Formats: sequence, structure tokens, C-alpha cells
Amino acid sequence: MAALNLARLIAAASDTIAANAEELTALDQAIGDGDHGLNMKRGFEAVRAEAEAFSAKPLPDALKAIGTKLVMTVGGASGPLFGTLFLALGKEISAKPDRANLTAAFGKAIEAVAARGKSQIGQKTMLDVLQPVHDALLQGKTALEIADIADAAADATVPMKALRGRASFLGDRSIGHMDAGARSTALLVRTVAHSLGESA
Amino acid sequence: MSNVGIVIVSHSPLVAEGTADMVRQMVGDEVPLAWCGGNGHGGLGTNVEAIMGAIDKAWSEAGVAILVDLGGAETNSEMAVEMIGEPRSHKIIVCNAPIVEGAVMAATEASGGASLREVVATAHELSPS
Repeated sequence: MAALNLARLIAAASDTIAANAEELTALDQAIGDGDHGLNMKRGFEAVRAEAEAFSAKPLPDALKAIGTKLVMTVGGASGPLFGTLFLALGKEISAKPDRANLTAAFGKAIEAVAARGKSQIGQKTMLDVLQPVHDALLQGKTALEIADIADAAADATVPMKALRGRASFLGDRSIGHMDAGARSTALLVRTVAHSLGESA
Repeated sequence: MSNVGIVIVSHSPLVAEGTADMVRQMVGDEVPLAWCGGNGHGGLGTNVEAIMGAIDKAWSEAGVAILVDLGGAETNSEMAVEMIGEPRSHKIIVCNAPIVEGAVMAATEASGGASLREVVATAHELSPS
């Protein structure tokens, strides 16, 4: 796998979230509490402010530092969920991961997110994007194919009924809206895939 | 203080503070007590850093029981416990109970010197299982 320019990737992720913050907020207003875009933007800006320091660390430590920062700055339920994703990735990944290690670490990270949210696939959450991405990693898909798979997976949350989080209070009325966490996950996957694809 | 501590975590600082007021009035000062609420930016929500601070404030070697309101409060509280880490994390439990009744009942039990396990069990009895 190509060497990763983490500082540049953090900047790209922060830009992507900021550019789409209004859309994320609109999605969250439809079926959640309407703070997802702002919360994610604040969190990723906080990570970006320390991008140089983080990217000087070995990859596992850098990912853990990003996770901790997200937990502390995103707020809402998204902070612990996205934070746990990065914390768990950092715990499992090696300093110079190959695809097999990345795939295995990503699988463990998904389990950690599922445990944190007491959720599972099919409940209209970020897991519904993470799992297809993991499957695509296993199947040897290219970075750009994976980005498309993530987008399609986020779209596929539209007809789902929310069973976790605030959207679940709406029951059937949550059907017909895309899950904001699934959308932000797909945006991040595309950013990472683009960055890895470019340097490959 | 050797009694189990109680932490109240609500999305609303008003709910958290009001619940703490009720505990103080009904149970007294024999129990270490702390509360937090709000997203840290003036809105409703919960915040991991604030929860960690409240756990520190109510810390007791006998342990701490946390009472929460809606889902995100539970997720953030569990995250806070994990970030506090071992060995203290073994002595912190997030209760599955209604926040007001749970806090009052747990504090009542704690004020008599009950163990963390007994305090949590008392709170859990309030939840239909």
C-alpha cells in the first residue's frame, strides 16, 4: 500500500466535512436533532489544528489521537461513535499496514462502533456504510470502487427505518430520509479512498 | 467519603441540576454527587469531557453510579468511563434506570453505605425488564 500523507489526508477530510456541513445538518434536521454537520465540522477542524503533531506520530498513535480528539470535540452521540472508529482502528492497525492488516483492523473497528452504539447492520446508521466498505476491502475492490460503494450504501439507508439514535423515535417517519451519519461516513470514505488512490 | 458516588448526566443542564437538587434535599450530603448536562456549546446534549469531570468530582473509592437520560447520554457516559480507563473504570457503572427516580433511589441506597453493586441493583429495580 502506498505511503500515507496523513497531514494532507486530515486537511482533505476536514475540507470535505466543512463543504458538506450544511447538507449533513439538513439530513439530521429531517430525522435527528439537526446538529450533525456543525458537530462534525467542529471536530474535524479541531483535528486539523493538530494535524502536524498527529501526523508526526506512528500511524496507530496518530489514529488514537484523532479518535480522542473527535470524542472530546464532536459532541452529541457522533463524537463517541466516530471517535471509537478511529480509536479502535489505531489499536488494531500496524505502523505500516498492508491491505490485509487494514481490512482486519477496519473489521475490528466496525465491531467497536457497533458495541459503542449497541447497534447492528440494517438499523439506518453509519454501520450500514462501514460494513459494505469492509466487504469491498475484503473483495479486493479498488479505492475508487470503494468510494462508490460507500455512496451507494449511504443512499441505501433512505428506505430503512431507524432503530437506533434519536431518529428511532420517529419510527416509520424516519423512512425516506438518508441517515446523516451514513452520509458523513461515505464522505470520509471517499476522501480517504481518493487520497490512497492518488498516491497508489 | 466512603459512600458510593452518584453522577447525573442529562441532555439538559436544567434537568441534571434539578435532579441533583432533589437528591440533595431528599438524601442529604452523605453521598458524593455531581451532575452535568448540555453539549458544551450552549445547546442540549452531552459531552464526554464534562462527564469525565463529573465522575472525578463525585469520585469515591467505593465506586460511582451514573444515571443518564436519553441514548446519547448513555453512549457518552460509557465512552467517558472507557477513557478514564483502568483501574477506576471497574468501579464506575452506567445504570439502566429512569434518571430522577434512579438518582434518588441510588443515592438513598448509597447513603447507607451500600456497595456499588447494591446501589446499581436498587436503581435497576426501577426499570421494567
